[in-house]
Amino acid sequence: MPAKKSPARPRELLFGDLWEFDPAPESAEPFIAPRYGLFIDDKFTAPKSRKYFDTIAPRNGAKLSEIALANAADVDAAYTAAAKAFPAWSKLPGKERGKYLFRIARLLQDRAREFAVAETLDGGKPIKESRDFDLPMAAAHFFYHAGWADKLEFVAPGRTLQPLGVVGQIIPWNFPLLMLAWKIAPALATGNTVVLKPAETTSITALKFATILQQAGLPPGVVNIVTGAGETGAAVVDHPLAAKIAFTGSTEVGKIIQRALAGSGKKLSLELGGKAANIVFEDAPLDQAVEGIVNGIFFNQGHVCCAGSRLLVQESVADLVVAKLKRRMQVLRVGDPLDKNTDIGAINSAEQLAKIKDLVASGVKEGAELHQPSCKLPAKGFYHAPTLFTKVSQSHRVAREEIFGPVLSVLTFRTPEEAIEKASNTPFGLSAGVWTDKGSKILKMAAELKAGVVWANTYNKFDPSSPFGGYKQSGFGREGGKHGLLDYAILK
Amino acid sequence: MTLPITKTPKCYVGGAFIRSESGRVYETHRSSGEFHANIPRCTRKDVRNAVEAAAKAGAGWAKRTPYNRAQILYRLAEMLEARAPEMAAALKECRRSVDTTSPEQEVRATIDRIVHFAGWADKYEQVLGSVNPVASPHFNFTITEPMGTVGILAPEDAPLLALMTLILPAITTGNSVVALASHAAPYPSILLGEMLATSDLPGGVVNLLTGERKEMLPTFATHEHLRAVAATATQEEATALQQGAAESVKRVILHDPKTDWFSSSHDSPYSLRDFTEAKTVWHPIGA
Repeated sequence: MPAKKSPARPRELLFGDLWEFDPAPESAEPFIAPRYGLFIDDKFTAPKSRKYFDTIAPRNGAKLSEIALANAADVDAAYTAAAKAFPAWSKLPGKERGKYLFRIARLLQDRAREFAVAETLDGGKPIKESRDFDLPMAAAHFFYHAGWADKLEFVAPGRTLQPLGVVGQIIPWNFPLLMLAWKIAPALATGNTVVLKPAETTSITALKFATILQQAGLPPGVVNIVTGAGETGAAVVDHPLAAKIAFTGSTEVGKIIQRALAGSGKKLSLELGGKAANIVFEDAPLDQAVEGIVNGIFFNQGHVCCAGSRLLVQESVADLVVAKLKRRMQVLRVGDPLDKNTDIGAINSAEQLAKIKDLVASGVKEGAELHQPSCKLPAKGFYHAPTLFTKVSQSHRVAREEIFGPVLSVLTFRTPEEAIEKASNTPFGLSAGVWTDKGSKILKMAAELKAGVVWANTYNKFDPSSPFGGYKQSGFGREGGKHGLLDYAILK
Repeated sequence: MTLPITKTPKCYVGGAFIRSESGRVYETHRSSGEFHANIPRCTRKDVRNAVEAAAKAGAGWAKRTPYNRAQILYRLAEMLEARAPEMAAALKECRRSVDTTSPEQEVRATIDRIVHFAGWADKYEQVLGSVNPVASPHFNFTITEPMGTVGILAPEDAPLLALMTLILPAITTGNSVVALASHAAPYPSILLGEMLATSDLPGGVVNLLTGERKEMLPTFATHEHLRAVAATATQEEATALQQGAAESVKRVILHDPKTDWFSSSHDSPYSLRDFTEAKTVWHPIGA
């Protein structure tokens, strides 16, 4: 008897909610103080403003701690401390400067779990991401740059790198500790001193990091941390002692800073917004591409400046890719970021959640088709279901504006030329993705795309040795690698 | 004695020799004080037209092989060498520089600088780019790419050498340029246009304007298609440029008006960084 022919496609096993996951909360202690002062001249000090603001956990809205609100006088004290520390720090032999950075890297590794929990509590990102990405990567940035400190005459042949002075740094809330590492490590390696302002919703890990600086014995004033919102940021930007401002955040604020610095003689580097195209060709390994698309847009709830928020898929495989995507999205676990099984955690703030909802509503209103997997969102806290828009046209707001949330817009194309044209149809130019099995096509696309980072057959990969930064209105300057060092130095 | 035929000064834009769309001119005078020529007094509209020409030419120029760009730049040096006495004479008539160099020295230094940058065209990538040792199974490299079209505001002094010192790093890396020449000493830029036209450099890659800086500076600052502006500028001009640039997040590269343009410090690949973007490409390694 002939064997029965197996069906062309194996039946899909859909368990649905047949077996629910048990909760798997991370239980390590985050050691968050009830109140944090400003970190100036190696000491935690009460703000001259005498004001504090609450920082909450986006996972449930509960208050975590009180953060000092730095006013212009506080920022001035921080700059004064940094300026006082600069001569000795910049003259310290590179070998010795490097040792401090190595120490910081090691101490961060020692306390990685504690910091990961604090990061997840304060920012809302899934513990598996803060544990497996943010913390190891932050430590790696210090370790990498530590080794440069005594090799600055080898960065640019024929020249050596000299520090700028005091650098003012303003970082966003999406990768609080990692952005701190991206900013502080190259600045210190090149001999600058620092005044850093974390984002107002995510100050805790920066202030905990100050205790690592104390443990490392970093000389007083080399790194100063001032906390607060926009007004504090403006005081950091406007301070006359700043030799350079380094900013990561929205294009809107970047432009305000660039305008504010006009004529000041201060150097500036900007790492701003993005609206990256993730381009999938018909000859791509589609299952891998779907994983890459999911990682590209849902990593860190889509709070990623280089998120692959515009999926450009070749028409011939569009239906197939969208079907695979929907199935994959169905099994994403949205919920408590402290749970080790959570894929998509909490949106960073009520304000950001409102912005995402507004843009999603605009997508529906403008005629795009909304798809969301059925998932139960926690009652408390700020959550948004992973969202897919099909039938998106280039003029829709969801295809033009940076959403900074778990929202993917799908557009289609027929030829590589059309893909490039659509990908470039944005004032941003931070990153792009290309998926195809054909090497020559990858190199052609990589050359044509106007983006500072191109991920081919992968997405959202980062490394301290790999320069990161954008074209056009995504900013200027690079972070990471020897390119990043050059932005913190004068070539002599 | 027969009356010499005087040349009508025209700006070199889009590979053609043009008058200002406004029809306006301004007079320049010889060092003896007598009338020399009527120089086009270009307008904001001329800047926009030049940017359009530059944008059209830029893509093709960026796609030329580095070796080809090197040969074309070298050809420009050949053109200048052949007409060096004429250029020196033009400089003599208009240079107001207080420095001690002679016009002949300025021409010489310019030729040398062109040759220097011609040599960089197929080498800078190996100095500025990198292969990055990432801690994951990926091949990762960073290359330099031109920004597109860039603007240049040249200083009053060293009207040939300074202008070329600002233009060379931009075109060596494959950008196209809209440059405003010295107001007081524009004639060398008129001659330079003629040399560019015969140098095999595609028309539109370098566009040279003359006229009043204050009339055109706001357009240089705000024009969205200019991705960078390099300028020697007063404090006031620097502020205006940087404020205008912010709307399109444009890079502004400021040079000290007291820069010594003869200094060999300009002979380096690092000025090329001002007009390039670093692009990093990742690809997994695996079967």
